Amino acid sequence: MDIVIIDYGAGNIQSIKFALERLGLIAILSSDREVIRAADKVIFPGVGEASSAMQRLRESGLDTLIPELKQPVLGICLGMQLMCNSSQEGNTKGMGIFDVDVVRFGEKVKIPQIQWNTIQNIQSPLFQDIAEESYIYMVHSFYAPVIPETIAISAYGRNYSAALAKNNFYGTQFHPEKSSSVGEQILRNFLEL
Amino acid sequence: MITKRIIPCLDIKDGRTVKGTNFINLRDAGDPVELAKIYSNTGADELVFLDISATEERRRTLSDLVLRIAAQINIPFTVGGGIASVDDVARLLQNGADKVSINSSAVQRPELINELAAKFGSQCIVVAIDAKYVDGEWIVHLLGGKQPTEYKLYDWAKEVENRGAGELLFTSMDNDGTKNGFANEALARLSEAVNIPIIASGGAGSVVHFAQVFTEGKADAALAASVFHFGEIAIPELKMNLKQQGIPVRL
Repeated sequence: MDIVIIDYGAGNIQSIKFALERLGLIAILSSDREVIRAADKVIFPGVGEASSAMQRLRESGLDTLIPELKQPVLGICLGMQLMCNSSQEGNTKGMGIFDVDVVRFGEKVKIPQIQWNTIQNIQSPLFQDIAEESYIYMVHSFYAPVIPETIAISAYGRNYSAALAKNNFYGTQFHPEKSSSVGEQILRNFLEL
Repeated sequence: MITKRIIPCLDIKDGRTVKGTNFINLRDAGDPVELAKIYSNTGADELVFLDISATEERRRTLSDLVLRIAAQINIPFTVGGGIASVDDVARLLQNGADKVSINSSAVQRPELINELAAKFGSQCIVVAIDAKYVDGEWIVHLLGGKQPTEYKLYDWAKEVENRGAGELLFTSMDNDGTKNGFANEALARLSEAVNIPIIASGGAGSVVHFAQVFTEGKADAALAASVFHFGEIAIPELKMNLKQQGIPVRL
């Protein structure tokens, strides 16, 4: 199985590569359109600031490629957010795969959220063998509200999308690569889609 | 849901752990990766690696170590010690660190916080603050409490937040090493002063101290070293105990 991690200079891709290696799988890091297009599974990571990450995607033309992909695609954290319509962070236009606008948490909670949160109302093959209320690691200041494509909910001052899915596209706000054995199972589930 | 985090801290010198440990089933007690694995498998929520080496090769040794940790650990970890530039941080994050912690370099050149937050995002920038209670004021200190600065704790904490830090790691030098409990009053006031998560450090000696730092001290996370390394407190029992007292933790 060819697993490609999209490499567009946005943050911590080493961690995802290592997480897959711990599952016995070697992933390719690439920004090459043809390599990405030919992959069996595509992981779209992201750490950092939305507008500069989106800028880098545009410069490499990946912003038009990703929405056209047909194989399972998993956006993680900022990756998931860039797959939404827009982000309030840096007034960024996203790729519009998920019909939702990403906004900043309100003042009544500490920002960023940095903690192990739980997921509820999970409903997707992505969460095969994962229990309700499982703990996952979240670190973010902006969130996607709950929409029909929400496949897991977390609460931080309010309910928001811990994960989204539409057709072949999946996104997790949390970091499966940093979420201990629960995260490993979620990655394994994605690779078996 | 807001869960409190338990964070063991590993002091590193030349790629090896400094303080001894009581773990008997370690193949190599001086290997930070071996120790980190035990902690991540027994319920630690994050890990902090604090590099205290002073050699020329320290940067390379540390980034090599970070790569080895990232390859084997499936929970988040922070790296600190001697980080002074955007390049330092870029290298550590590229090698798989989730967050970096800066201390004296931030005091010496506060703009560094802005630069790091702009380039890498606030979520991975932890500012460590060491403070001492002197003549009725909490004063920020450097060099492990040896050198006072002109900054007062709460002013500096606010400035650090405004400049883009994503988290504070507050160590009370008065409590550090005492095992008499955390500086809960100062921590609670700090929690009122800023709206970013606070990791409490300095003073952990018993399970009760952890409960207190989360209730009285309003901390988001508690960091400790020797009580974990010497097996005085086992993390699974600690978290079970906290949960029984109604303090939310990941079990």
